[in-house]
Amino acid sequence: MISGLAFAAPALLLGLIALPILWLLLRAVPPAPIRRRFPGVALLLGLKDAEAETDKTPLWLLLLRALAVAAAIVGFAGPVLNPVPKAEGTGPLLVLFDGTWADARDWQRRVDRAAVAVADAGRAGRPVAVAVLTDAPDAPDFQTAEAWAARLAGLSPKAWVPDAGWAKALPEGDFDTFWLSDGLDHAGRADLLAALSDRGAVRVFQSPRPLFALHPARFEDGAVQISVSRLPAGPETEIEVIARGPDPAGIDRELARAKLTFAAGEARAETALTLPPELRNRVQRFEILGQRTAGAVSLTDDSLKRRKLALIGDGADKEGLQLLSAMHYLRQALAPVADLVDGGLTDVLAAKPDVIVLADVPRLTQTETDAMLDWLEAGGLLLRFAGPKTAAADTGLDGDTPLMPVRLRQGGRSVGGAMSWGEPKSLAPFPETSPFFGLVVPEDVTVSSQVLAQPDPDLPQRTLAALADGTPLVTRREIGEGQVVLFHVTANAEWSTLPLSGLFVQMLERLTVSTRPATPKAEDLAGQIWVPERVLDAYGQAVDAGETAGVQGSELAVALTEGPVAARPPGLYAGAERRVALNVIGAETVLAAAAWPATVPVEGLDAAPEQDLKGGLLALALVLLAVDIIAALWISGRLRAAGSAAVMLIALGLGVPEAHAQDDFALTATTGVVLAHVLTGDPQVDEIAQAGLAGLGDRLRERTAVEPDPPMGVDIETDELAFFPFLYWPITATQGQPSDAAYAKLNRYLQTGGMVLFDTRDGDMAGLGGATPESETLQRIASGLDIPPLEPIPNDHVLTRSFYLLQDFPGRYTDSSIWVEAAPADAELSEGMPFRNLNDGVTPVIIGGNDWAAAWAVDQSGLAMFPVGRGYAGERQREIANRFGINIVMHVLTGNYKSDQVHVPALLERLGE
Amino acid sequence: MSLATDLRSRAETLGQSLPALLAEAEHLAATLMLGEHGRRRAGQGDEFWQYRPAHQGDAARSIDWRRSARSDAHFVREREWQAAQSVSLWVDGSRSMGFSGAKDRAPKLDRARVLALALAVLLLRGGERVGIAGLPPRPGRAQIMALMDALERDLATDDYGSPQVVGMVPHGRAVFLSDFLGDLDPIETALTAAADRGVKGVMVQVLDPAEEDFPFDGRTIFESMGGSLRHETLKAGDLRGRYLDRLATRKARLADLARAVGWHFHTHHTGEPAQMALLWAYGALEGGR
Repeated sequence: MISGLAFAAPALLLGLIALPILWLLLRAVPPAPIRRRFPGVALLLGLKDAEAETDKTPLWLLLLRALAVAAAIVGFAGPVLNPVPKAEGTGPLLVLFDGTWADARDWQRRVDRAAVAVADAGRAGRPVAVAVLTDAPDAPDFQTAEAWAARLAGLSPKAWVPDAGWAKALPEGDFDTFWLSDGLDHAGRADLLAALSDRGAVRVFQSPRPLFALHPARFEDGAVQISVSRLPAGPETEIEVIARGPDPAGIDRELARAKLTFAAGEARAETALTLPPELRNRVQRFEILGQRTAGAVSLTDDSLKRRKLALIGDGADKEGLQLLSAMHYLRQALAPVADLVDGGLTDVLAAKPDVIVLADVPRLTQTETDAMLDWLEAGGLLLRFAGPKTAAADTGLDGDTPLMPVRLRQGGRSVGGAMSWGEPKSLAPFPETSPFFGLVVPEDVTVSSQVLAQPDPDLPQRTLAALADGTPLVTRREIGEGQVVLFHVTANAEWSTLPLSGLFVQMLERLTVSTRPATPKAEDLAGQIWVPERVLDAYGQAVDAGETAGVQGSELAVALTEGPVAARPPGLYAGAERRVALNVIGAETVLAAAAWPATVPVEGLDAAPEQDLKGGLLALALVLLAVDIIAALWISGRLRAAGSAAVMLIALGLGVPEAHAQDDFALTATTGVVLAHVLTGDPQVDEIAQAGLAGLGDRLRERTAVEPDPPMGVDIETDELAFFPFLYWPITATQGQPSDAAYAKLNRYLQTGGMVLFDTRDGDMAGLGGATPESETLQRIASGLDIPPLEPIPNDHVLTRSFYLLQDFPGRYTDSSIWVEAAPADAELSEGMPFRNLNDGVTPVIIGGNDWAAAWAVDQSGLAMFPVGRGYAGERQREIANRFGINIVMHVLTGNYKSDQVHVPALLERLGE
Repeated sequence: MSLATDLRSRAETLGQSLPALLAEAEHLAATLMLGEHGRRRAGQGDEFWQYRPAHQGDAARSIDWRRSARSDAHFVREREWQAAQSVSLWVDGSRSMGFSGAKDRAPKLDRARVLALALAVLLLRGGERVGIAGLPPRPGRAQIMALMDALERDLATDDYGSPQVVGMVPHGRAVFLSDFLGDLDPIETALTAAADRGVKGVMVQVLDPAEEDFPFDGRTIFESMGGSLRHETLKAGDLRGRYLDRLATRKARLADLARAVGWHFHTHHTGEPAQMALLWAYGALEGGR
């Protein structure tokens, strides 16, 4: 076979022999002529053809047909590029899956490949067994291929490493092995390979897709450090890691995203992600974007959470006495691992901390107590330390105080001091019920003074730690969801050496006061049963663990170092006080590639996948045959009729969507000058405005060079305003306020040179005093517009002379005054000019109330719709109104052209000066 | 039966007997507005021609006294010579006239018939006598029906036809409507025979636009309409130039023939409106006067 090309049905290639025969046939058979009845044949008699062209098929047509037939034959023979090599051999076949999380990246492809191998074995009549190495070792069951083919779909990868006991579980006897390996080097692989090689030939299938593993995130230097390993270390790539957690509403959401770049040839990449503490506390897992394996998911336990801590002491710390200060040791112990909040108690309570530490504060005010109780009920931890003030206070004298775990005896006691009997007391080992159970008590922790608790009946239950003589050292009481814990010694080294020792920090951690280091050590975990809350499957999905059995702390510690196994699946384990995440990839896990000896053929690592060329070749054959039809038609001269029909069909097919692409509104608005009015929502007013602008357009067409198209109504919310030079806006009392988007559009329109004519249409009422509803509406609407200062129109404004010379501007009414943009204050009349040079531009607004649209309005037949005034004076008024409209449009279209000096002589003449 | 229904039934009968060809021909003829025309010389007729001074030999009765009273001499009123002319038509009914180049075009024969009948209508209205092969020329409206019957015969069996000179009235007129694609010798013979009799006339060649353009290409076998002639070609497009040359040569020869005998020749395509051919033919027929 040609390298990289194989045929599924090579026998069909024999059909290619027929091609020369086809060639001969086609050459011999000419294409059929057309018969025509034509009277002019009398004139054709005796004419010979110019070329002695053969009546055979032309060569190019022949080649085309031969190529089409050849493509069809080769296509049917089923060529495949880069075919999958088939297995030779007899005897039983064992198909092995690694089945680890690394397989999850292309599990379906592996199952398909295994199905192909099983089917091949079935065709060859070999018994087949399928085994997954992450299951418990069991002798593989050799059965027929059909039996296993049905079961293949039910296999799934697991999130832990393969069991090492498979080498011993293999049966005797010879069999070949087809191993679908995940590419990683697991423990026991070499033994298994040796055992399998003893029994027969081994072939390995590996996927070339890269593998990414996400190490657990740690919190260092104020940022979350994320690192990712990859296998193989190839060219430079970039991946994204996202942090997921619940948002305040409880829905799982992506909280943050970080990009990591692998340099070329590097296997590990790191980045630091800074998150605000609130987000950081909410993060539940980190994922590599785009990878669906358990190795790309890293669950976070409490190690990323930092508690919010409030330290409240006994007044201001005196300078120079820091080492004696009660807060110093607490701050040193807690500042690196928790967020400290400072302030008074009420302020601190408002910040909702997780822990409040009161160092020697015996008494609180009633309001503070109530607030504190509320906070405690909601799940806060109140940590109190004793001190001289606590010893002197008479808390607990008569009944339980709400914020003390036990009743205290006044005075405390001193042991091992200068004035007392006995040695300083040491600590007794922690009882089993205490959260401190398992912590090792160093010998140099002694207590020389403490406050004592009243011997109440429930004192033993509340005691967390005791001295060697049984006196309680740390007591606790639960209030609602929260708890109050009292250390019977001070927080500094005055009364005991406990704050100086590491035990102090561990005790604080055990009390969930501070955060934990990244990997809990064995002694932190020992002594508890850890129950899995959520379990990761091989694809990285976290599922509820259900009734999975709990795990001993020591075993969990082993799993944390060595990786999860079947009995200890990866996931989130909850203990008594905290949760620990067991991830597939630990901080120190290194992805090692599996190394196969030279005798073992490894497939699947080639870059090119198998490609079936059959479809492409058959498509090519079809296309060539279609071309052949056209060519044959052309040869016989029938193409003209068919061609024109085909061209028409294509044009119809392609021409249909063209019409939709045009915006008809924009087209009608821009093909000519279009006067527009703003739709007010009142149909009558809109109709009058439309008719008015139509009438104005007629006058313009008659008298000026402006020939406007029919006017259009504009909806300021939805339509584009920039097409129109001039907007006529009739104000009604019931008009709605434009939206913000519409205001933005209007302001842009006014700033870029548009003009709006506001017509409140109340010219008959406005002069009578008082604001009309329309003028109120106008004020309301105009409040959102960016209008320059306005003034009543001066006598020498360009509107008075932009086409006609006018002095007043009536519409249907004559009384209202017109407001236009104010002239600049320094505009003055220069020598010899009859007018001042006012604004260099078009006034953006004209405001008036003379109801111009009704004066301009004409109906279909061109007659005026509304009466203006009475009699001849009324018609004169209508004429002036028309002239004013023409002046406005000319002003809009030409600016202050008429303010140019060049018009002065003519104007002077006209004005009679 | 009352008078009204009798009239109606007669009208319907009359309407039914009016075939499409006649309607079309009348319609076509109606597009030309003509007046009565004379022969532009003195003779017997109705129309006033001129006043001429009376001279010896004129009857006293023929003097026009009104005109003579205006002057010193005597004048005789002359009338225009109007004589009915005999026109004989010939429409080529051979199979080649049944060719139509496109589905929406009528065959050449239809156009030829319509032209012939419209021409007949016009001439009969003008008072001439019109005849066709087998029908001696007669004036009057009734002749139209007879002409129509003579025209509406099916196609003959031979491919190309030749005109008949038998029924021609000496010193009359003749109209030949054909495609003239057949052998030109019979046509030449007919023309000379007509010229011997003093008959002048008009030849209208009716061609289909496909015959004029030759829009064929590819491997083709051409056959004549009657199947008698056959020509096979491998590349019809190549023949086009030479075919058009031959067609032009034929037209030129026909025009020369016509000029030689004092006739007129015109080519009409069925794609063009018929009025143009009718106008030309009528004008050519009257041009001799």
